[in-house]
Amino acid sequence: MYTQALNTSDGDDRGIEDAARAAQFQARIDADERIEPNDWMPAAYRKTLTRQISQHAHSEIVGMLPEGNWITRAPTLRRKAALLAKVQDECGHGLYLYAAAETLGSAREELVDLMLAGKAKYSSIFNYPTLTWADIGTIGWLVDGAAIMNQIPLCRCSYGPYARAMIRVCKEESFHQRQGFEIMLTLCRGTREQRAMAQNALDRWWWPVLMMFGPPDKVSQHSDNSTKWKIKRFSNDELRQKFVDATVPQAQFLGLTIPDPDMRQNEKGNWEYSPIDWNEFNQVLAGNGPCNRDRLAARRKAHEDGAWVREAAMAHAGKRKHRQLAQAAE
Amino acid sequence: MDTGCENMATANITVSETPLVLYALRRADDALILGHRLSEWCGHAPMLEEDMALANMGLDLLGQARELYTYAARVEGRNNDEDKFAYLRDVRQYRNLLLLEQPNGDFARTMVRQFFYAAFADLYWRAMMASSDPTLAAIAAKSEKESAYHLRHSSEWIVRLGDGTEESHRRAQTAIDDLWAYTGEMFAVDDSERGLIDAGIAIDPASLRSQWLKTVTGVAGEATLSLPNNDWMQQGGRSGRHSEHLGHLLSELQSLQRTFPGATW
Repeated sequence: MYTQALNTSDGDDRGIEDAARAAQFQARIDADERIEPNDWMPAAYRKTLTRQISQHAHSEIVGMLPEGNWITRAPTLRRKAALLAKVQDECGHGLYLYAAAETLGSAREELVDLMLAGKAKYSSIFNYPTLTWADIGTIGWLVDGAAIMNQIPLCRCSYGPYARAMIRVCKEESFHQRQGFEIMLTLCRGTREQRAMAQNALDRWWWPVLMMFGPPDKVSQHSDNSTKWKIKRFSNDELRQKFVDATVPQAQFLGLTIPDPDMRQNEKGNWEYSPIDWNEFNQVLAGNGPCNRDRLAARRKAHEDGAWVREAAMAHAGKRKHRQLAQAAE
Repeated sequence: MDTGCENMATANITVSETPLVLYALRRADDALILGHRLSEWCGHAPMLEEDMALANMGLDLLGQARELYTYAARVEGRNNDEDKFAYLRDVRQYRNLLLLEQPNGDFARTMVRQFFYAAFADLYWRAMMASSDPTLAAIAAKSEKESAYHLRHSSEWIVRLGDGTEESHRRAQTAIDDLWAYTGEMFAVDDSERGLIDAGIAIDPASLRSQWLKTVTGVAGEATLSLPNNDWMQQGGRSGRHSEHLGHLLSELQSLQRTFPGATW
């Protein structure tokens, strides 16, 4: 059970944000100092981080669904145990991140309610379906691979609790990524049907994975302040390019074809990819991805079906406390 | 490197169910089927903490299943392995307790099922640590630690649900009433197992019944729940006569191995 004391937030920062404090804050950031929960911080910094960390937490939790879809069908007991453990890790990341968000003054319940109401975002990649076992390999290899690319720099983020959470999360993600690659390798060394399954999964996931890094730099909304506050250290396009450059040789090793016939390596060694269909990205963000409705419905159902359990736990804790007090009074 | 069709085929494997092989398969099937049921919760539990806990218990049980299947394969010595046992036997070849294949239902039902079994498994594996078979004794030592946690976790929930709200009490009581008839099978012994008990390889589960009942009665009492008077007990899982639920579970669990015979995953 999580704490009740945090169940209502204080709303806006009540401190007066005078220019001197703001300057002092920025000086600390510039000196690469870590900001901790009890330190003064501008309301906008708090808001940006709360948004980012809670979206990250929601992504971990919603992300349990597409992979959870295959736990009961995993093809061997070893794969089944590894997948269950992996999805459990994602849940742990979610919990850890909600805890990090709570240090900024918003309760987990509040943040979760926003997500269930459709008012908070989660990573749009989880609005795509997992159709075959190869999707489980591909998610580990590419989705976790892209997540690592995004998250490694966050280990040096200016906000202490988030940075520390990321160090732990990244360790586990890199294990998941290797596991996913190993699933792909096994498929690619398998039967003709298995290789076709692997190629088909790559075909479906490639472009959505590139979209995970967010809109191109020229239209990204959040980057300026986030860069100044050292929440974000690389631009979306920089990270995307790093990811593509790291992934192309892996696909070649697997004998798979990246579904971008015009992709080619330039003289600097970077792989230049074709334009991304940002209309698809915007549609998924707007709720029109193949699984947006299913994902939210599944989270709402778990939440609603579990309401009586949470109420029972609270009621029992209340009774227990009452009895203890009565006993102490005797 | 094309793996082609080696020994795996879509057809069911045949198993030489000598007493020791059958013994290990029964316990392995128990662990796999309950672990599978718990894994069905993943992503859908009433709270994230419980997503973690249910997955944890599921992983413990999957681990137990794998060790027991591997041991069964070694004793059988016929080129079967953990995956062939799990993925290429049909309903009638499965040997798990009926209790463990019962659907998850609501959270109360899942917890009551877990509680009834863990209260047994905790005693069972602790006693099995004295088995004259060193592999079984080692598996028991590991399983006992895990079962002790499963028992603690599920007992705490039985108390919370029973002594929580009116609704949770009603749901917990319904689950107890519905699942009670499946508890007797845990203590049953057939001729095949009798020989192992006499040889000191297995322990007699019937000897654990009074202690189990004491545990269950104690927790139910604290939870303000009552145990049914009905002492009619369903049996059949140990010899392959299952409820209708197991076939659906297996068709899901085995789908890839059955669809792509001989593939390596």
